[in-house]
Amino acid sequence: MTSSTALRAILVGVLSAHAVIACAQERSLPLPGLRSGITFAGADVRAMQSDDVSNPGFLWVEGGEKRWNTAAGATGKSCASCHGDGRSSMRGVATRYPRYDHAVKGVEDLDARINRCRTDKQGAQPWARESEELLSISAYVSYQSRGLPLAVSIDGPAREAFERGRVFYHARHGQMNLSCSQCHDQNWGKRLLVENLSQGHGNAFPAYRLEWQSLGSLQRRIRACLFGIRAEMPAPGAPELTDIELYLAWRAQGLSIEAPGVRR
Amino acid sequence: MPDARITVPAPVPRGKPFEVRIIVRHPMETGYRTDESGKSIPRNVIRSLTCRYNGEVVFSARLSSGIAANPYLRFFVTAKESGPLAFEWVDDAGVRGSDSAAVTVA
Amino acid sequence: MTKPASGVCSYTLKPRRRWLQSGAALALLPWLPAHAAAEELPQIPAMTAFLAGRKPVAARVRLTLPQLADNGQTVPMKVTVDGPFTPATRVTAVNLFSEANPVPEMAQFEFPAYVERVEVESRVRLAASQKIVAVATLADGALLASAAEVIVTIAGCMDGT
Repeated sequence: MTSSTALRAILVGVLSAHAVIACAQERSLPLPGLRSGITFAGADVRAMQSDDVSNPGFLWVEGGEKRWNTAAGATGKSCASCHGDGRSSMRGVATRYPRYDHAVKGVEDLDARINRCRTDKQGAQPWARESEELLSISAYVSYQSRGLPLAVSIDGPAREAFERGRVFYHARHGQMNLSCSQCHDQNWGKRLLVENLSQGHGNAFPAYRLEWQSLGSLQRRIRACLFGIRAEMPAPGAPELTDIELYLAWRAQGLSIEAPGVRR
Repeated sequence: MPDARITVPAPVPRGKPFEVRIIVRHPMETGYRTDESGKSIPRNVIRSLTCRYNGEVVFSARLSSGIAANPYLRFFVTAKESGPLAFEWVDDAGVRGSDSAAVTVA
Repeated sequence: MTKPASGVCSYTLKPRRRWLQSGAALALLPWLPAHAAAEELPQIPAMTAFLAGRKPVAARVRLTLPQLADNGQTVPMKVTVDGPFTPATRVTAVNLFSEANPVPEMAQFEFPAYVERVEVESRVRLAASQKIVAVATLADGALLASAAEVIVTIAGCMDGT
Protein backbone atom coordinates (compact mmCIF):
# COMPACT_ATOMS: atom_id res chain seq x y z
CA MET A 1 0.00 0.00 0.00
CA THR A 2 1.31 3.42 -0.84
CA SER A 3 1.52 5.98 1.96
CA SER A 4 -1.24 8.11 0.40
CA THR A 5 -3.54 5.12 0.18
CA ALA A 6 -2.75 4.29 3.80
CA LEU A 7 -3.43 7.87 4.75
CA ARG A 8 -6.74 7.78 2.89
CA ALA A 9 -7.64 4.52 4.62
CA ILE A 10 -6.88 6.03 8.00
CA LEU A 11 -8.91 9.11 7.15
CA VAL A 12 -11.88 7.00 6.04
CA GLY A 13 -11.54 4.91 9.18
CA VAL A 14 -11.52 7.98 11.42
CA LEU A 15 -14.48 9.55 9.63
CA SER A 16 -16.48 6.31 9.78
CA ALA A 17 -15.75 5.93 13.46
CA HIS A 18 -16.90 9.49 14.01
CA ALA A 19 -20.07 8.80 12.05
CA VAL A 20 -20.75 5.66 14.09
CA ILE A 21 -20.27 7.55 17.34
CA ALA A 22 -22.50 10.39 16.15
CA CYS A 23 -25.23 7.94 15.14
CA ALA A 24 -25.05 6.13 18.49
CA GLN A 25 -27.46 8.75 19.93
CA GLU A 26 -25.43 9.52 22.98
CA ARG A 27 -27.70 11.27 25.44
CA SER A 28 -26.74 14.59 26.96
CA LEU A 29 -29.00 13.55 29.83
CA PRO A 30 -28.67 9.86 30.76
CA LEU A 31 -32.01 8.07 31.07
CA PRO A 32 -31.60 7.01 34.72
CA GLY A 33 -31.06 10.66 35.68
CA LEU A 34 -34.24 12.04 34.12
CA ARG A 35 -36.43 14.14 36.39
CA SER A 36 -39.81 15.61 35.52
CA GLY A 37 -40.27 19.35 35.92
CA ILE A 38 -42.68 18.68 38.77
CA THR A 39 -39.72 17.68 40.95
CA PHE A 40 -38.32 21.20 40.53
CA ALA A 41 -41.63 22.92 41.19
CA GLY A 42 -42.70 24.64 44.39
CA ALA A 43 -45.23 23.21 46.82
CA ASP A 44 -48.12 25.26 45.40
CA VAL A 45 -47.60 23.95 41.89
CA ARG A 46 -47.20 20.38 43.09
CA ALA A 47 -50.39 20.61 45.14
CA MET A 48 -52.32 22.02 42.20
CA GLN A 49 -51.16 19.36 39.78
CA SER A 50 -51.86 16.49 42.15
CA ASP A 51 -55.49 17.47 42.78
CA ASP A 52 -57.76 16.72 39.83
CA VAL A 53 -60.53 18.85 41.35
CA SER A 54 -58.59 22.09 41.65
CA ASN A 55 -56.17 21.54 38.74
CA PRO A 56 -57.48 24.15 36.28
CA GLY A 57 -56.29 21.98 33.38
CA PHE A 58 -59.30 19.76 33.91
CA LEU A 59 -61.56 22.55 32.68
CA TRP A 60 -59.96 21.89 29.29
CA VAL A 61 -60.01 18.11 29.68
CA GLU A 62 -63.73 18.22 30.42
CA GLY A 63 -64.31 20.59 27.54
CA GLY A 64 -62.36 18.25 25.31
CA GLU A 65 -64.46 15.28 26.35
CA LYS A 66 -67.64 17.15 25.40
CA ARG A 67 -66.11 18.25 22.13
CA TRP A 68 -64.94 14.69 21.41
CA ASN A 69 -68.56 13.63 21.40
CA THR A 70 -69.84 16.60 19.37
CA ALA A 71 -70.47 16.39 15.63
CA ALA A 72 -68.35 18.69 13.51
CA GLY A 73 -67.70 19.74 9.96
CA ALA A 74 -69.27 18.78 6.65
CA THR A 75 -69.40 15.11 7.57
CA GLY A 76 -71.30 15.72 10.79
CA LYS A 77 -69.03 13.23 12.49
CA SER A 78 -67.65 13.54 15.96
CA CYS A 79 -64.28 12.16 17.07
CA ALA A 80 -66.30 9.42 18.75
CA SER A 81 -67.88 8.43 15.42
CA CYS A 82 -64.54 6.92 14.36
CA HIS A 83 -62.63 6.55 17.61
CA GLY A 84 -65.41 5.52 19.97
CA ASP A 85 -64.83 6.18 23.64
CA GLY A 86 -61.68 8.30 23.84
CA ARG A 87 -60.91 7.00 27.29
CA SER A 88 -59.97 3.64 25.81
CA SER A 89 -59.14 4.34 22.18
CA MET A 90 -56.76 7.19 22.96
CA ARG A 91 -54.90 5.42 25.74
CA GLY A 92 -51.17 5.46 24.91
CA VAL A 93 -51.54 7.66 21.84
CA ALA A 94 -49.84 10.74 23.28
CA THR A 95 -46.78 8.70 24.28
CA ARG A 96 -45.93 8.23 20.60
CA TYR A 97 -46.12 11.86 19.50
CA PRO A 98 -44.54 13.60 17.65
CA ARG A 99 -44.44 10.89 15.02
CA TYR A 100 -43.76 10.45 11.33
CA ASP A 101 -46.77 9.76 9.17
CA HIS A 102 -46.44 8.60 5.56
CA ALA A 103 -49.72 10.33 4.69
CA VAL A 104 -48.03 13.71 5.03
CA LYS A 105 -44.44 12.50 4.60
CA GLY A 106 -43.46 14.38 7.67
CA VAL A 107 -43.42 14.44 11.45
CA GLU A 108 -46.54 15.72 13.16
CA ASP A 109 -47.15 16.63 16.76
CA LEU A 110 -50.44 15.69 18.39
CA ASP A 111 -52.07 19.05 17.67
CA ALA A 112 -51.22 18.80 13.97
CA ARG A 113 -52.61 15.26 13.88
CA ILE A 114 -55.84 16.39 15.54
CA ASN A 115 -56.22 19.13 12.97
CA ARG A 116 -55.55 16.68 10.12
CA CYS A 117 -58.37 14.52 11.42
CA ARG A 118 -60.62 17.57 11.38
CA THR A 119 -59.83 18.56 7.81
CA ASP A 120 -59.50 15.09 6.25
CA LYS A 121 -62.08 13.10 8.19
CA GLN A 122 -64.60 15.62 9.45
CA GLY A 123 -64.46 18.16 6.64
CA ALA A 124 -63.97 20.88 9.22
CA GLN A 125 -61.65 23.87 9.48
CA PRO A 126 -58.43 23.27 11.36
CA TRP A 127 -58.28 24.92 14.76
CA ALA A 128 -55.74 27.65 15.42
CA ARG A 129 -52.78 26.76 17.59
CA GLU A 130 -53.46 27.64 21.24
CA SER A 131 -57.16 27.97 20.53
CA GLU A 132 -59.44 26.75 23.29
CA GLU A 133 -60.90 24.10 20.95
CA LEU A 134 -57.55 22.59 19.96
CA LEU A 135 -56.18 22.76 23.50
CA SER A 136 -59.25 21.03 24.88
CA ILE A 137 -59.00 18.02 22.54
CA SER A 138 -55.23 17.96 23.01
CA ALA A 139 -55.70 18.01 26.79
CA TYR A 140 -58.35 15.30 26.66
CA VAL A 141 -56.28 13.01 24.43
CA SER A 142 -53.03 13.61 26.32
CA TYR A 143 -54.77 12.99 29.64
CA GLN A 144 -55.69 9.48 28.45
CA SER A 145 -51.95 8.72 28.53
CA ARG A 146 -51.33 10.17 31.97
CA GLY A 147 -48.93 7.94 33.85
CA LEU A 148 -47.67 6.24 30.71
CA PRO A 149 -44.03 6.62 29.62
CA LEU A 150 -43.01 8.71 26.62
CA ALA A 151 -41.91 6.39 23.80
CA VAL A 152 -41.43 8.18 20.49
CA SER A 153 -39.73 6.68 17.49
CA ILE A 154 -36.82 8.45 15.80
CA ASP A 155 -36.22 5.60 13.32
CA GLY A 156 -36.22 5.80 9.56
CA PRO A 157 -38.00 8.83 8.13
CA ALA A 158 -38.34 10.47 11.57
CA ARG A 159 -34.57 10.66 11.85
CA GLU A 160 -34.17 13.86 9.84
CA ALA A 161 -36.58 15.85 11.98
CA PHE A 162 -34.97 14.40 15.10
CA GLU A 163 -31.51 15.50 13.96
CA ARG A 164 -32.75 18.99 13.16
CA GLY A 165 -34.28 19.17 16.63
CA ARG A 166 -31.09 17.96 18.24
CA VAL A 167 -28.94 20.48 16.34
CA PHE A 168 -31.31 23.28 17.36
CA TYR A 169 -31.24 22.18 21.00
CA HIS A 170 -27.46 22.31 21.17
CA ALA A 171 -26.98 25.48 19.11
CA ARG A 172 -26.73 28.93 20.63
CA HIS A 173 -29.62 31.30 19.98
CA GLY A 174 -30.68 34.84 20.57
CA GLN A 175 -29.14 37.94 22.05
CA MET A 176 -28.07 35.93 25.03
CA ASN A 177 -26.37 33.43 22.78
CA LEU A 178 -27.54 30.48 24.84
CA SER A 179 -28.41 26.94 23.85
CA CYS A 180 -31.20 24.92 25.46
CA SER A 181 -28.48 22.48 26.45
CA GLN A 182 -26.53 25.00 28.50
CA CYS A 183 -29.41 25.56 30.88
CA HIS A 184 -31.27 22.27 30.78
CA ASP A 185 -28.48 19.71 30.27
CA GLN A 186 -25.59 21.39 32.05
CA ASN A 187 -27.16 23.58 34.70
CA TRP A 188 -30.48 22.05 35.71
CA GLY A 189 -31.06 22.26 39.43
CA LYS A 190 -29.24 25.56 39.69
CA ARG A 191 -30.91 28.88 40.35
CA LEU A 192 -32.20 31.39 37.89
CA LEU A 193 -33.15 34.25 40.21
CA VAL A 194 -35.28 32.41 42.76
CA GLU A 195 -36.35 29.61 40.43
CA ASN A 196 -34.88 26.18 39.99
CA LEU A 197 -33.84 25.41 36.43
CA SER A 198 -35.57 22.22 35.38
CA GLN A 199 -34.28 19.66 32.89
CA GLY A 200 -36.70 21.17 30.36
CA HIS A 201 -38.89 18.16 29.57
CA GLY A 202 -42.28 18.44 27.93
CA ASN A 203 -43.98 15.47 29.57
CA ALA A 204 -46.50 17.62 31.47
CA PHE A 205 -47.86 19.43 28.44
CA PRO A 206 -50.36 20.67 27.57
CA ALA A 207 -50.01 22.32 30.94
CA TYR A 208 -51.70 25.04 32.94
CA ARG A 209 -48.95 27.57 33.35
CA LEU A 210 -49.56 30.06 36.17
CA GLU A 211 -47.76 32.71 34.14
CA TRP A 212 -50.26 32.20 31.30
CA GLN A 213 -53.31 31.87 33.56
CA SER A 214 -54.33 29.31 30.96
CA LEU A 215 -53.58 25.89 29.60
CA GLY A 216 -51.01 26.00 26.80
CA SER A 217 -49.10 23.69 24.50
CA LEU A 218 -45.48 22.58 24.59
CA GLN A 219 -44.90 24.66 21.49
CA ARG A 220 -45.98 27.75 23.40
CA ARG A 221 -43.60 26.85 26.21
CA ILE A 222 -40.71 26.42 23.77
CA ARG A 223 -41.52 29.78 22.18
CA ALA A 224 -41.59 31.36 25.64
CA CYS A 225 -38.13 29.97 26.38
CA LEU A 226 -36.81 31.43 23.13
CA PHE A 227 -38.34 34.78 24.06
CA GLY A 228 -36.59 34.55 27.40
CA ILE A 229 -33.17 34.30 25.77
CA ARG A 230 -34.11 37.06 23.31
CA ALA A 231 -34.21 34.81 20.30
CA GLU A 232 -36.65 34.92 17.41
CA MET A 233 -39.64 32.73 18.05
CA PRO A 234 -40.83 30.49 15.22
CA ALA A 235 -44.53 31.01 14.53
CA PRO A 236 -46.90 28.59 16.28
CA GLY A 237 -47.12 25.42 14.21
CA ALA A 238 -43.76 26.04 12.49
CA PRO A 239 -41.95 22.82 11.54
CA GLU A 240 -38.90 23.77 13.62
CA LEU A 241 -41.05 23.56 16.72
CA THR A 242 -42.15 20.02 15.83
CA ASP A 243 -38.49 19.08 15.30
CA ILE A 244 -37.69 20.36 18.79
CA GLU A 245 -40.73 18.59 20.26
CA LEU A 246 -39.55 15.32 18.76
CA TYR A 247 -36.06 15.76 20.14
CA LEU A 248 -37.50 16.67 23.55
CA ALA A 249 -39.78 13.63 23.58
CA TRP A 250 -36.85 11.33 22.74
CA ARG A 251 -34.74 13.06 25.38
CA ALA A 252 -37.47 12.46 27.94
CA GLN A 253 -38.00 8.82 26.96
CA GLY A 254 -39.51 6.90 29.82
CA LEU A 255 -40.79 9.93 31.75
CA SER A 256 -44.48 9.66 32.51
CA ILE A 257 -46.98 11.91 30.83
CA GLU A 258 -48.51 14.27 33.40
CA ALA A 259 -51.05 16.07 31.24
CA PRO A 260 -52.81 18.22 32.21
CA GLY A 261 -49.77 19.42 34.11
CA VAL A 262 -49.42 22.55 36.22
CA ARG A 263 -46.30 24.65 35.97
CA ARG A 264 -45.39 28.14 37.14
CA MET B 1 -65.67 24.38 27.74
CA PRO B 2 -67.58 23.73 30.93
CA ASP B 3 -68.44 26.91 32.83
CA ALA B 4 -67.37 25.32 36.06
CA ARG B 5 -66.60 22.10 37.86
CA ILE B 6 -68.28 21.51 41.21
CA THR B 7 -67.25 18.80 43.64
CA VAL B 8 -69.14 17.73 46.75
CA PRO B 9 -68.73 14.52 48.76
CA ALA B 10 -71.49 11.93 48.38
CA PRO B 11 -73.29 11.21 50.55
CA VAL B 12 -72.90 13.82 53.29
CA PRO B 13 -73.85 13.20 56.94
CA ARG B 14 -76.90 15.18 58.09
CA GLY B 15 -76.25 18.17 60.30
CA LYS B 16 -72.52 18.22 59.68
CA PRO B 17 -70.58 20.68 57.51
CA PHE B 18 -69.58 19.32 54.11
CA GLU B 19 -66.90 20.58 51.77
CA VAL B 20 -67.86 22.32 48.54
CA ARG B 21 -65.30 23.01 45.83
CA ILE B 22 -65.85 24.92 42.63
CA ILE B 23 -63.52 26.10 39.90
CA VAL B 24 -65.00 28.54 37.39
CA ARG B 25 -63.67 29.11 33.90
CA HIS B 26 -63.02 32.85 33.72
CA PRO B 27 -59.95 34.93 32.83
CA MET B 28 -60.52 37.42 35.68
CA GLU B 29 -59.01 40.06 33.44
CA THR B 30 -57.38 42.69 35.63
CA GLY B 31 -57.59 45.61 33.25
CA TYR B 32 -53.86 46.23 33.58
CA ARG B 33 -52.77 44.09 30.64
CA THR B 34 -52.27 45.25 27.07
CA ASP B 35 -52.66 43.23 23.91
CA GLU B 36 -50.06 42.84 21.14
CA SER B 37 -50.92 46.20 19.60
CA GLY B 38 -50.49 47.90 22.96
CA LYS B 39 -54.21 48.40 23.50
CA SER B 40 -55.40 48.03 27.07
CA ILE B 41 -57.52 44.91 27.71
CA PRO B 42 -60.52 46.04 29.74
CA ARG B 43 -61.07 44.71 33.22
CA ASN B 44 -63.53 41.86 33.40
CA VAL B 45 -63.74 39.84 36.56
CA ILE B 46 -66.46 37.80 38.20
CA ARG B 47 -67.64 40.37 40.68
CA SER B 48 -70.21 38.31 42.53
CA LEU B 49 -70.92 34.63 43.03
CA THR B 50 -73.77 33.09 45.00
CA CYS B 51 -74.34 29.54 46.20
CA ARG B 52 -77.88 28.37 46.98
CA TYR B 53 -78.53 25.10 48.71
CA ASN B 54 -82.14 24.00 48.30
CA GLY B 55 -82.88 27.59 47.38
CA GLU B 56 -81.27 29.14 50.46
CA VAL B 57 -78.16 31.30 50.00
CA VAL B 58 -75.45 29.57 52.03
CA PHE B 59 -72.37 31.29 50.67
CA SER B 60 -71.61 34.26 48.50
CA ALA B 61 -68.48 36.02 47.42
CA ARG B 62 -67.60 39.43 46.06
CA LEU B 63 -64.44 39.04 44.06
CA SER B 64 -61.96 41.41 42.45
CA SER B 65 -58.97 41.37 40.13
CA GLY B 66 -57.08 40.21 43.22
CA ILE B 67 -58.52 36.74 42.71
CA ALA B 68 -56.61 34.58 40.24
CA ALA B 69 -57.96 33.53 36.84
CA ASN B 70 -60.18 30.47 36.73
CA PRO B 71 -61.22 31.18 40.30
CA TYR B 72 -61.21 28.32 42.74
CA LEU B 73 -63.30 28.36 45.90
CA ARG B 74 -63.51 25.83 48.70
CA PHE B 75 -65.88 26.34 51.61
CA PHE B 76 -68.24 24.46 53.93
CA VAL B 77 -72.01 24.18 54.10
CA THR B 78 -74.16 22.52 56.77
CA ALA B 79 -75.92 19.43 55.40
CA LYS B 80 -79.69 19.58 55.82
CA GLU B 81 -81.77 17.90 53.10
CA SER B 82 -80.78 16.33 49.83
CA GLY B 83 -81.16 18.74 46.98
CA PRO B 84 -79.40 21.00 44.52
CA LEU B 85 -76.38 23.16 45.26
CA ALA B 86 -76.79 25.93 42.67
CA PHE B 87 -74.15 28.49 41.79
CA GLU B 88 -74.70 31.72 39.90
CA TRP B 89 -72.19 34.38 39.06
CA VAL B 90 -71.94 37.58 37.06
CA ASP B 91 -68.92 39.39 35.68
CA ASP B 92 -68.13 43.03 34.91
CA ALA B 93 -69.42 42.61 31.36
CA GLY B 94 -72.77 41.50 32.76
CA VAL B 95 -72.33 37.94 31.52
CA ARG B 96 -74.02 35.46 33.84
CA GLY B 97 -72.91 31.91 34.48
CA SER B 98 -74.37 29.08 36.46
CA ASP B 99 -73.83 25.48 37.38
CA SER B 100 -75.16 23.11 39.99
CA ALA B 101 -74.49 19.82 41.67
CA ALA B 102 -76.69 17.41 43.60
CA VAL B 103 -76.19 16.99 47.33
CA THR B 104 -77.23 13.65 48.82
CA VAL B 105 -77.72 13.75 52.58
CA ALA B 106 -77.57 10.48 54.49
CA MET C 1 -21.78 36.75 25.89
CA THR C 2 -23.63 40.04 25.56
CA LYS C 3 -24.99 41.71 28.66
CA PRO C 4 -28.73 41.08 28.86
CA ALA C 5 -31.04 44.07 28.44
CA SER C 6 -32.46 45.31 31.73
CA GLY C 7 -35.59 43.67 32.95
CA VAL C 8 -34.93 40.53 30.93
CA CYS C 9 -33.73 37.12 32.03
CA SER C 10 -30.85 37.56 34.48
CA TYR C 11 -28.67 34.68 33.56
CA THR C 12 -26.04 33.76 36.07
CA LEU C 13 -24.38 30.58 37.16
CA LYS C 14 -22.33 31.90 40.03
CA PRO C 15 -23.84 30.76 43.32
CA ARG C 16 -21.25 32.78 45.17
CA ARG C 17 -23.20 35.92 44.48
CA ARG C 18 -24.89 37.05 47.65
CA TRP C 19 -28.23 37.94 46.12
CA LEU C 20 -28.33 34.47 44.63
CA GLN C 21 -27.58 33.03 48.02
CA SER C 22 -30.43 34.99 49.52
CA GLY C 23 -32.60 33.69 46.71
CA ALA C 24 -31.44 30.18 47.49
CA ALA C 25 -32.20 30.69 51.16
CA LEU C 26 -35.67 31.96 50.29
CA ALA C 27 -36.32 28.97 48.08
CA LEU C 28 -35.41 26.61 50.91
CA LEU C 29 -38.34 27.94 52.94
CA PRO C 30 -41.00 25.27 53.23
CA TRP C 31 -44.62 26.17 52.59
CA LEU C 32 -45.08 27.75 55.97
CA PRO C 33 -47.98 29.85 57.16
CA ALA C 34 -46.90 33.44 57.73
CA HIS C 35 -48.86 35.08 60.55
CA ALA C 36 -48.69 38.50 62.15
CA ALA C 37 -50.50 39.91 65.19
CA ALA C 38 -53.37 42.34 64.63
CA GLU C 39 -51.26 45.03 66.33
CA GLU C 40 -48.93 44.68 63.37
CA LEU C 41 -51.70 45.03 60.83
CA PRO C 42 -50.45 47.07 57.89
CA GLN C 43 -52.03 50.43 57.21
CA ILE C 44 -54.40 49.89 54.30
CA PRO C 45 -56.74 52.86 53.67
CA ALA C 46 -59.50 50.66 52.28
CA MET C 47 -59.35 48.50 55.37
CA THR C 48 -59.32 51.54 57.66
CA ALA C 49 -62.48 52.71 55.93
CA PHE C 50 -64.04 49.27 56.34
CA LEU C 51 -63.15 49.13 60.04
CA ALA C 52 -64.72 52.56 60.57
CA GLY C 53 -62.87 53.15 63.82
CA ARG C 54 -63.37 49.59 65.16
CA LYS C 55 -60.34 47.64 66.30
CA PRO C 56 -60.20 43.93 65.38
CA VAL C 57 -58.93 41.38 67.85
CA ALA C 58 -55.94 39.31 66.82
CA ALA C 59 -57.40 35.91 67.56
CA ARG C 60 -59.05 32.86 65.99
CA VAL C 61 -58.37 33.90 62.39
CA ARG C 62 -55.76 31.86 60.60
CA LEU C 63 -54.70 33.26 57.26
CA THR C 64 -52.41 30.91 55.37
CA LEU C 65 -50.44 31.74 52.24
CA PRO C 66 -47.02 30.49 51.15
CA GLN C 67 -44.10 32.55 52.41
CA LEU C 68 -42.68 32.50 48.90
CA ALA C 69 -45.12 32.45 45.99
CA ASP C 70 -44.32 30.26 42.96
CA ASN C 71 -45.97 32.90 40.80
CA GLY C 72 -47.73 36.10 41.87
CA GLN C 73 -50.55 35.43 39.42
CA THR C 74 -51.88 32.47 41.36
CA VAL C 75 -51.15 32.19 45.07
CA PRO C 76 -53.12 29.72 47.19
CA MET C 77 -54.89 31.32 50.17
CA LYS C 78 -56.74 29.73 53.05
CA VAL C 79 -58.56 31.59 55.79
CA THR C 80 -60.04 29.77 58.76
CA VAL C 81 -61.97 31.23 61.69
CA ASP C 82 -61.87 28.98 64.72
CA GLY C 83 -65.09 28.30 66.60
CA PRO C 84 -67.01 27.52 68.59
CA PHE C 85 -69.80 29.70 67.29
CA THR C 86 -73.32 30.43 68.47
CA PRO C 87 -76.01 32.01 66.30
CA ALA C 88 -75.15 35.31 67.98
CA THR C 89 -71.41 34.92 67.49
CA ARG C 90 -71.29 33.17 64.12
CA VAL C 91 -69.16 34.56 61.31
CA THR C 92 -71.18 36.61 58.87
CA ALA C 93 -68.36 37.72 56.58
CA VAL C 94 -64.63 37.48 55.97
CA ASN C 95 -62.92 40.32 54.10
CA LEU C 96 -59.53 40.10 52.48
CA PHE C 97 -57.34 43.20 52.04
CA SER C 98 -54.12 43.71 50.12
CA GLU C 99 -51.38 46.09 51.08
CA ALA C 100 -49.81 46.47 47.65
CA ASN C 101 -52.30 45.46 44.97
CA PRO C 102 -53.87 48.18 42.82
CA VAL C 103 -57.22 47.03 44.18
CA PRO C 104 -56.89 46.66 47.96
CA GLU C 105 -60.29 44.99 48.53
CA MET C 106 -59.48 41.52 47.31
CA ALA C 107 -62.62 39.66 48.27
CA GLN C 108 -65.54 39.46 50.65
CA PHE C 109 -66.90 36.05 51.58
CA GLU C 110 -70.39 36.04 53.09
CA PHE C 111 -71.99 33.35 55.25
CA PRO C 112 -75.74 34.04 55.44
CA ALA C 113 -76.40 30.57 56.85
CA TYR C 114 -74.89 29.12 60.01
CA VAL C 115 -72.05 26.68 59.48
CA GLU C 116 -69.80 25.39 62.24
CA ARG C 117 -66.73 25.21 60.01
CA VAL C 118 -65.70 28.56 58.63
CA GLU C 119 -62.93 27.98 56.17
CA VAL C 120 -62.44 29.41 52.70
CA GLU C 121 -59.75 28.55 50.19
CA SER C 122 -59.10 30.40 47.00
CA ARG C 123 -56.24 31.62 44.85
CA VAL C 124 -55.21 35.26 44.89
CA ARG C 125 -53.16 37.52 42.67
CA LEU C 126 -50.36 39.45 44.29
CA ALA C 127 -48.80 42.36 42.46
CA ALA C 128 -45.72 42.40 44.68
CA SER C 129 -44.35 41.13 47.96
CA GLN C 130 -46.74 42.32 50.64
CA LYS C 131 -48.94 41.67 53.64
CA ILE C 132 -52.51 40.42 53.26
CA VAL C 133 -55.11 40.90 55.99
CA ALA C 134 -58.24 38.84 56.69
CA VAL C 135 -60.94 40.46 58.82
CA ALA C 136 -63.80 38.31 60.14
CA THR C 137 -67.07 39.95 61.14
CA LEU C 138 -69.24 38.19 63.72
CA ALA C 139 -72.99 38.46 64.08
CA ASP C 140 -72.64 40.47 67.28
CA GLY C 141 -70.44 43.00 65.51
CA ALA C 142 -67.12 41.75 66.88
CA LEU C 143 -64.13 41.82 64.52
CA LEU C 144 -61.26 39.36 64.35
CA ALA C 145 -58.21 39.73 62.12
CA SER C 146 -54.94 38.20 61.06
CA ALA C 147 -52.23 39.15 58.58
CA ALA C 148 -49.82 37.12 56.48
CA GLU C 149 -46.77 38.15 54.50
CA VAL C 150 -45.90 36.78 51.08
CA ILE C 151 -42.74 37.25 49.03
CA VAL C 152 -43.43 37.49 45.31
CA THR C 153 -40.52 37.26 42.92
CA ILE C 154 -40.33 37.90 39.22
CA ALA C 155 -39.93 34.96 36.87
CA GLY C 156 -36.43 33.75 36.04
CA CYS C 157 -37.10 34.26 32.38
CA MET C 158 -39.66 36.52 30.73
CA ASP C 159 -42.46 34.94 28.73
CA GLY C 160 -43.54 36.89 25.70
CA THR C 161 -46.18 34.49 24.44
